[in-house]
Amino acid sequence: MAVIPKFVGERIKRREDPRLITGTGMYVDDVRLPGMLSAVVLRSPHAHAKINSIDLSKARALKGVVCVLSGDDLRDKVGPVPCVAPADHVPYHPVLAQGKVRFVGEGVAVAVASSPYIAQDALDLIDVDYDPLDAVVDPEKALEPGAPVLHEEFGNNSVTFASVPNPAVDEAMRKADKIIKARLVNQRLAPIPMEPRGAVARWDGGYKQLTVWSSTQIPHLLRSQLAEMLKVGENRIRVIAPEVGGGFGCKLNVYAEEALVAHLSMTLGKPVKWIERRRENFAGTTHGRDQITYLEVAALKDGTVTAVKAHFVCDMGAYLQLLTPAIPGFSGLMMTGCYKIPALSFDQQMVFTNKMSTDAYRGAGRPEACYIAERVMDMVAAEFGLDPADVRRKNFIPKEAFPAPTAGGLVYDSGDYELSLNKALEIVGYQKVRAEQEAARKQGRYIGIGIASYVEICGIGPSALLPPKLKGGGWESATIRMEPDCKVTVLTGVSPHGQGQETTFAQIVADELGIDIDDVNVVHGDTAVVQYGIGTFGSRGTTVGGPALMMSVGKLQEKMKKIASTMMEVPPDQLIFTNRTVALASDPSKSIPLQQVVDAAYGYKQPIPGVEPGLDATSFYEPQNCTFPFGTHVAVVEVDPETGVVKFLRYVAVDDCGRILSPLLVEGQVHGGIAQGIAQALYEEVVYDESGQLLTATLMDYAVPKAHMLPRYELSATVTPSPVNVLGVKGVGEAGTIGSTPCVVSAVMDALKPFGIRHIDMPLKPEKVWRAIRDAQQKG
Amino acid sequence: MFPASFEYHRASSVKEALAMLQQYGEDGKILAGGHSLIPMMKLRLAQPAHLVDIGGIRQLASIREEGGKVIIGGLVTHHAVERSDVVRAKLGMLSECAAVIGDTQVRNRGTIGGSLAHADPAADYPAAVLALDGEIKIEGTGGSRVVKADDFFIDLMTTAVQPGEVLTEVAFAPVASGAGFTYLKHRQPASGFAMVGVAALLTLDKKGNCDRVRVGITGLGAKPFRAKAVEAALLGKAPAPAIAAAAAHAADGIDPLSDIHASADFRAELARVYTRRALETAAARAKA
Amino acid sequence: MRLSLTINGERREDDIDPRTLLVHYLRDIAGLTGTHVGCETSLCGACTVHLNGHAVKSCTVLAVQAEGAEITTIEGLARGGQLHPLQEGFWEEHGLQCGYCTPGMIMAAADLLARNRNPTETQIREALEGNLCRCTGYQHIINAIQSAAAKMRTQKAA
Repeated sequence: MAVIPKFVGERIKRREDPRLITGTGMYVDDVRLPGMLSAVVLRSPHAHAKINSIDLSKARALKGVVCVLSGDDLRDKVGPVPCVAPADHVPYHPVLAQGKVRFVGEGVAVAVASSPYIAQDALDLIDVDYDPLDAVVDPEKALEPGAPVLHEEFGNNSVTFASVPNPAVDEAMRKADKIIKARLVNQRLAPIPMEPRGAVARWDGGYKQLTVWSSTQIPHLLRSQLAEMLKVGENRIRVIAPEVGGGFGCKLNVYAEEALVAHLSMTLGKPVKWIERRRENFAGTTHGRDQITYLEVAALKDGTVTAVKAHFVCDMGAYLQLLTPAIPGFSGLMMTGCYKIPALSFDQQMVFTNKMSTDAYRGAGRPEACYIAERVMDMVAAEFGLDPADVRRKNFIPKEAFPAPTAGGLVYDSGDYELSLNKALEIVGYQKVRAEQEAARKQGRYIGIGIASYVEICGIGPSALLPPKLKGGGWESATIRMEPDCKVTVLTGVSPHGQGQETTFAQIVADELGIDIDDVNVVHGDTAVVQYGIGTFGSRGTTVGGPALMMSVGKLQEKMKKIASTMMEVPPDQLIFTNRTVALASDPSKSIPLQQVVDAAYGYKQPIPGVEPGLDATSFYEPQNCTFPFGTHVAVVEVDPETGVVKFLRYVAVDDCGRILSPLLVEGQVHGGIAQGIAQALYEEVVYDESGQLLTATLMDYAVPKAHMLPRYELSATVTPSPVNVLGVKGVGEAGTIGSTPCVVSAVMDALKPFGIRHIDMPLKPEKVWRAIRDAQQKG
Repeated sequence: MFPASFEYHRASSVKEALAMLQQYGEDGKILAGGHSLIPMMKLRLAQPAHLVDIGGIRQLASIREEGGKVIIGGLVTHHAVERSDVVRAKLGMLSECAAVIGDTQVRNRGTIGGSLAHADPAADYPAAVLALDGEIKIEGTGGSRVVKADDFFIDLMTTAVQPGEVLTEVAFAPVASGAGFTYLKHRQPASGFAMVGVAALLTLDKKGNCDRVRVGITGLGAKPFRAKAVEAALLGKAPAPAIAAAAAHAADGIDPLSDIHASADFRAELARVYTRRALETAAARAKA
Repeated sequence: MRLSLTINGERREDDIDPRTLLVHYLRDIAGLTGTHVGCETSLCGACTVHLNGHAVKSCTVLAVQAEGAEITTIEGLARGGQLHPLQEGFWEEHGLQCGYCTPGMIMAAADLLARNRNPTETQIREALEGNLCRCTGYQHIINAIQSAAAKMRTQKAA
């Protein structure tokens, strides 16, 4: 019999792919049910307006239309869209607007018809009488006296003011050689998964069973929230996350439409489908970032940073979605980055504006933090004329210091930041590139070298770190079942949507049980099948879901060893799993086929004392700390001073995500992350005009990067296992995004150094770069 | 995403299409490749009651040579223009321009007639058609007329094509051998349309001076235009020293568009820079 | 109105509303849901299919415009149970994550390889102007297309 190889650490082809490359995967829009109706939502064209009246009569009369409802029809029938994160002011957030609209794209009415074409025809017949009100889109202006107030009951537009003071900061400021001040903007971004959102609901009245298919990252948390909104028991709701076409945080949420289709199906007795269109996705799916940071940095002449003080203004949008006010906290806590900055203080003013809500977007608070930390390092280097690499080395937390408590109150698990920096610089050929830069400058060419060393926070646990109102914590669950035919089913509480845990988890199980990867089937995303789980976000899939799986694998192994031990008459602790057998560790030729052990467990003809029949195990893993992946990215760019166009010459990324289980998949995660981070640095920005109209409402105006707008990435890795979990993994889903944004900005600023330009706010679009150069030349 | 209802009519000849247009008046719209109209219909910004599909009129889909001219039917796709041997040999710039319109899928489907008649201010083709002195044939129930490219573009998304008329073909005189040309564009990063696009063509006399200069610019103003001040500044002069000064006139007299992607003054600067670069490339390629 | 055309080698006739977009016809009437919808501005390319051998965005074609045409969708790319080299390439090189853009991406790549048997990285990047991917950062997609191109050249040579 052929020897079964080991799978962990190998470049495995994904097990998800055969269905996806043949067009046979099932996304939510592919769900087809007999008698299914289509729902289309009418959305507010105004950023802020009073609704005087809504006339639905013409729409209701249209042939093929089944039902048309507005917000008033849903009063007391569907509960509000939830926010579980704490805030001083949590407004009532109806599933369809009641009395007032507060952002362009807010749902006002819904039409249900036999086809989406007819439902759209019905929307055209709805007459809404609005009284437009003044809108406020600038979060700083929203705080000024006399600004239009979104939620009258609060008297102003403040969501929450949070403050983390520290007297040591003032002391360090007094002793500093220089206090560097800056205002940094992390602009508003749209996540734009290629699959927009969508939901299908089917109410089976006879069984009192509601099934909701939703393009979501969190099927169980969604089920809990839907139960509350609809007043239906959680045991009566089944949420299925089918194939999900990307999430990036924006599907880590509970949206009005999910409850709306459920309510419509329960009312109409027929399945109802709603599929978001891209314009709706731009206007009505959560955005990310949108923070302004006022910084004061205490620095010494040798480049040491002794304190950072920050004031944040964070734009929450018009309502609070699931975790909206929780996101900025991570920016504050992680603001000291990889550096042993002893003193940190910050406060955060969160604000309502007439825009879509912000919430998690790939990195969720940490990209902002890393951007701040890395701009600080570059500004210190520029201020004292030091090499930016040296300034980073000077301030790094040394590898001996781990586990390292930080000024933000976290404990970094493990790291070797200097190793990562050195490796990245070596790959890029730092001294050589600096020489090339110098030579190019003499020819009037502007080459820049950017460096960003990042650390971020993943697998967020223990549960106490998550909002108290969240139905679920920082833990994750896994069930493993050895079926009677010796095939394995894994039920994981994470909900992958591109990350590839169907493959990674199969690798782990195959190795642990000595079976083939083809013998493992990983199931997720169905609350009727999978035990309660938390879902996929915050790079937690393998970091938290993996250890949960390992716990269950361990329980299963223990049971199988007990059975085999009886059969083989050897102590259980001397047994191992290899090549579809249970074998003696000291002499694997002494073995029995795994199938015999499985037969004994299921057949149970000779009961084994202390061992129940069957072979499955469920575990809930509660992490004792977060994990902290890190790395260094280096970009080399050239700026065309005549047009402001930035061109990539090199892009090197050295990432450390701890132990690497699936190298090909890790590369994929890093690539995609870098692309999104570059997008923030150079291309993307959600733009509302002063009246609150969304100017980037389509892909014709919002520049999601295309292939020719991105460089080839040169990847490398260092491996510093995390002591937090048994797998030694740290997470890799967001790392690329976090490192790349400041890296590219750093490179462009380095290129512009001869002009005396130190900072331009993102995105570094050609016009901004060109204008900065022109202004500098006119001044100079 | 869901167009409003309409009645669909398939025309088998230009004559039939014109008759249908006359019958439906303002309620009727021509459908060629559909790459300008269908996006508007999906957003319900256009809701024609009658669509007259001319996509099946074969004779509008061919490229032919006649009377010393290259004639391109209104239904010829960008892809067909890009790949046509005749166009490559005789109107190189047009094929160069066609190759950078939109993307592969758009080029496979979009048509020259549709693009010109739609007259999006950021479309690529107009710059090249202007620089090549294209002649646009428009047919109506009363007969046909030919409009020079210079006179064709009237204003933002407005051309010489009147309601009830169909743009049937575009004719070009072949480019003189030895001419240098290029089409350069600064892509709007999201849409891929031209933030500014410059088509430059020049020929040199025996002394190496420019004896014919054509510069078509798109994306800058409400309508594409020929930069006659640039052309005049270069005519009769040796390219090397004169191009920079000539290109500085690229935005003269134009009220540049301004949007979230580029303000008016940046667009004007891009027009000057790209005009200079396009002329430099054209001059380098030209043979005296 | 009556529409007749050939999809993946099979002739079909259907009665349709003239306003039906080709992508909706393929998905909702022909039942081929491998072709996706990612935007409404002909930009993302998720809906790319071949119409008479050329890649088009099926969200910007009315079904009635495909009268008499031959359509190939992602479902029709594998022949006799054998994956197309592009499908193999995407699988082997990890050219997809969430998979939503993948069918359109593969159909666009097939158009490219029909014209250019050995495209450079720059040519591939330019040829993908009409297809957005939000997951991969494109590098593995480019590797996948190059791998498929090499395989197809060898197959043809053999």
